[in-house]
Amino acid sequence: MQDPKLCATEKRGLHELEAGKDLMGWDEVTQGSVLPSFEGDASNIAHLKQEERDYSHFNSYTATVASWRVQKPVFNIDVCIDCQNCWVWCPDTSIISRDKQMLGIDYDHCKGCEVCVEVCPTNPKSLLMFSEQEDLETALSQWPEKKKKEK
Amino acid sequence: MAEKFDLNEREVWDGNYAASQAMRQAKVDVMAAYPITPSTPIVENYGAYVANGYIDGEFVMVESEHAAMSACVGASAAGGRVATATSSQGFALMVEVLYQASGMRLPIVLNVVNRALASPLNVRGDHADMYLGRDAGWIQFGAFNSQEAYDLALCAFKVAENHSVRLPVMIHQDGFITSHTAQNVYPLTDEAAYNFVGDIDPVDDMLDFSRPVTYGAQTEEDWHFEHKAKQHKAIMDSVPVIEEVFAEFEKISGRKYKRVETYMMEDAEVAIVALGTTVETSRVAAMKMREQGIKAGVVAPRVFRPFPFDLIRDALENVKSVAVLDRSSPGGAMGAFYNEISAALYTTPKRPLVTNYIYGLGGRDFAVQDAIDIYNEQKANADAGYITTDIQQFSGLRGPKLGFFQTKRS
Repeated sequence: MQDPKLCATEKRGLHELEAGKDLMGWDEVTQGSVLPSFEGDASNIAHLKQEERDYSHFNSYTATVASWRVQKPVFNIDVCIDCQNCWVWCPDTSIISRDKQMLGIDYDHCKGCEVCVEVCPTNPKSLLMFSEQEDLETALSQWPEKKKKEK
Repeated sequence: MAEKFDLNEREVWDGNYAASQAMRQAKVDVMAAYPITPSTPIVENYGAYVANGYIDGEFVMVESEHAAMSACVGASAAGGRVATATSSQGFALMVEVLYQASGMRLPIVLNVVNRALASPLNVRGDHADMYLGRDAGWIQFGAFNSQEAYDLALCAFKVAENHSVRLPVMIHQDGFITSHTAQNVYPLTDEAAYNFVGDIDPVDDMLDFSRPVTYGAQTEEDWHFEHKAKQHKAIMDSVPVIEEVFAEFEKISGRKYKRVETYMMEDAEVAIVALGTTVETSRVAAMKMREQGIKAGVVAPRVFRPFPFDLIRDALENVKSVAVLDRSSPGGAMGAFYNEISAALYTTPKRPLVTNYIYGLGGRDFAVQDAIDIYNEQKANADAGYITTDIQQFSGLRGPKLGFFQTKRS
């Protein structure tokens, strides 16, 4: 099972945009709705991992933007071969992979599009869709067996 | 190093050439354009200045005016000094991106050579395109002749790029009547012009890699209103900056510009309020009226946006009858300019009579005699104490007399 801490680190998913928190008046919003991505000088951060970067509160990295997901992908570490296919294809940068090891799903940003499941090449798949309400442990207990080749 | 462009103290330039010289002297970094009559020579000349080494800039050829303004948005967000020109149908195609530019607070300068909107197709000057852009959140300057098209273009950069403004600016001139009529123009030297405009000091520029920014954010019902209100406040607050820039320009050129130009208004009893070249025609007519003892004057917004609600009242509150001239097909309403002037005058104690004349559509000539006829009707209104004609009339139109609405009198 993926580390539950991956769902919310200190910097990721701090606030819920949809909840209407942090609303400001007209005199406080940024000029031209131009939004800086980082706090401070960002000229030398390309080598840093996401959790090491100082994202501004305007950046969606610090926000939970996945409240409208109805089905979620669940990751099974026992089947995964770390091929990185899901990491390449995910349109929301929501596959968390470090040192070419797949660690899990960023549920603060995943919209439940199922692309990762579609491109997963293992048998059985290492990513499967479950209801948003299903807890990870129950989901993993229902994992299908390897599909046998027919002779 | 750019080549030196020889200038005489007095040049004979049409409005297009005058505007393009201002683009050269301001050292515009990027001009993205899709040329259209009658503004073509502005961008054509800039292209020639680049090709011949007079400017170290970039002319971007695009596939439409929508793309032209989009490229201007990109270049301006990157941090460059950016300008283009357009007219009529091209302006109409640009409209979507005009709102983007002002919403993103990008100081783009757009030379608009006013031309009628089809259908029927027409290449001549009226103000339909200018009106189409009036709610787009751009500052709008009106030039009544070639000299002003040049002067105001230089002022436009200085206003737009001011950090407390950061809004795009249009300079309007009348198609053909200004754009293609060669007149005496007294240009500044290249040094004086550039010293006046100065270097651009970018804000939130995308080429600043130490501070990456997102342009064009989406804001729904929980954010959009605040952003638009802030933008509206910015254009309303641009007034003192515009006045400072005009004052500074007067110091180096001797030419004085005001947000509202007034002519013979000190004791005026009747007035014409107009835009563009019609202002000069009306001034000639007003002088002729005064020879007959009728106290006539002319009021002309130099700055159409932000709308000079305050100065319009100051100029007209003691006049008895005012004619507001709209050079755009009103499409089922009173003229838009009439409505704006009327709203300002409605908040004065004496509330002058205000009438509306639609005129000059598609470049129909507006002669001194037309203005004299309008003044005579205003004089009749002033003497009667009510509007004696239809409130909306048409000046210079063939066929049976056309007019709409009359004053309600008990």
